[in-house]
Amino acid sequence: MVSNQQHTEDAVWQLLSTVKDPEVPVLSVVELGIIRKVCVENSDTVTISITPTYSGCPAMDVIRMQLHMVLLENGFKKVNIEQTLSPAWTTDWMTKEGKEKLKAYGIAPPLPKQAVCNPEVFQKEEAIQCPQCLSYHTHMVSRFGSTACKALYQCLDCKEPFDYFKCH
Amino acid sequence: MNAETINLNPASTNTMAIHALLHLADDSLIMGHRCSEWCGHGPILEQDIALTNIALDFVGQSRHLYQYIATQLQDISNDVALTLIDFDILPEKINEDSLAYLRDTHAFKNHLLVELPNGDWAQTILKICSFSVYRFYLFQLLQKHTDLNLAGIAEKSLKEVQYHVKWSSEWIIRLGDGTHESKSRMLQAIEFLWPYMGEMFEPVMYEKVYYHLDDVTYTSLKNNWLDKMNQIFEQATLPTQSLNQWHQTGGKIGKHTEHLGYILAEMQFLPRTFPNAIW
Repeated sequence: MVSNQQHTEDAVWQLLSTVKDPEVPVLSVVELGIIRKVCVENSDTVTISITPTYSGCPAMDVIRMQLHMVLLENGFKKVNIEQTLSPAWTTDWMTKEGKEKLKAYGIAPPLPKQAVCNPEVFQKEEAIQCPQCLSYHTHMVSRFGSTACKALYQCLDCKEPFDYFKCH
Repeated sequence: MNAETINLNPASTNTMAIHALLHLADDSLIMGHRCSEWCGHGPILEQDIALTNIALDFVGQSRHLYQYIATQLQDISNDVALTLIDFDILPEKINEDSLAYLRDTHAFKNHLLVELPNGDWAQTILKICSFSVYRFYLFQLLQKHTDLNLAGIAEKSLKEVQYHVKWSSEWIIRLGDGTHESKSRMLQAIEFLWPYMGEMFEPVMYEKVYYHLDDVTYTSLKNNWLDKMNQIFEQATLPTQSLNQWHQTGGKIGKHTEHLGYILAEMQFLPRTFPNAIW
């Protein structure tokens, strides 16, 4: 329990970093880069600004509820959660630690360069590293995977299928 | 003149803005619904998942738009809001759900194209591709709109639309330049859907007023779209098309094909039968 004296913005960021993305449970919402602003208005009231990863991401409602819970549990009486759409979320906002955690979890982290995020057809695919055996000898099975943020890949060396958190 | 008469005036900026936003939201919702109909019926699992992902993007975009419309309507009196929206069941609250579920066909403003049945894989692909290419160019313009909420939604959606364009145009090329059967299916899809394309480039009053796009911009939107589609058709070894022929219109002013009623019957059944039902 954080006492009222400790309701600084830093303390709130700490609390928020305990909230995980329900679809990628190793990643906190802070590491994912979807918390855009924290504003402690007074000892009772805090306003958080979040941005969705994808417009239809069903995890956003769960995340919103969890943010409410953790802040109420820690002494805030009024929690406002606002949505900011612009600038649009990009995987560039994912922290370095977040990308390492993804890889350790078995999901290939997004590449930094947004080369595949344009509509040109049949582009040469980028080499995505297999999170299991670290081989670059992999191929894309489907541009769309188990959730909106992932594509499906397979390693041609160790043969394991894996998720790639696509750059966006 | 009091606020209500200003708002009720069919040419007022408020009315135009709400109707244009409804048009965008309805397009996304009906597209999303049609894509979701493929869930469990895709030709292979990966493509089934691709289509449900695309459906989710569209439904998500429509939620952003309906939510924004609902907040806009909270600023004006309830009677005016109800008149503007044309609900056929009076909602307890104007929110994203009542906007989606409590309006009948004539209140929907989507393009006729998006409500047409999925047909076969070729028809579905061509519909997604042509609509997504249109959205790609339109949202590039709208992300610079002075209404920052709309601009934000356009900017966000644009990233998703790019994936849809890429995925669907690759499929057109595969099918067109594929087997005799796949090519003939693409040709049939073009023949069936083409008369519905022109409606996207014939702006109605609310689009003209709210989008702030002049005739030159509209013409270049149309030309960009046609160039891109023909470029895809050429790569697919399919005949290039023009937009000079007669085309269907009406969806944007609430005059729909019979297909929309069946979509709404399925989509709206539950919230109408069990009002306020929650998961």
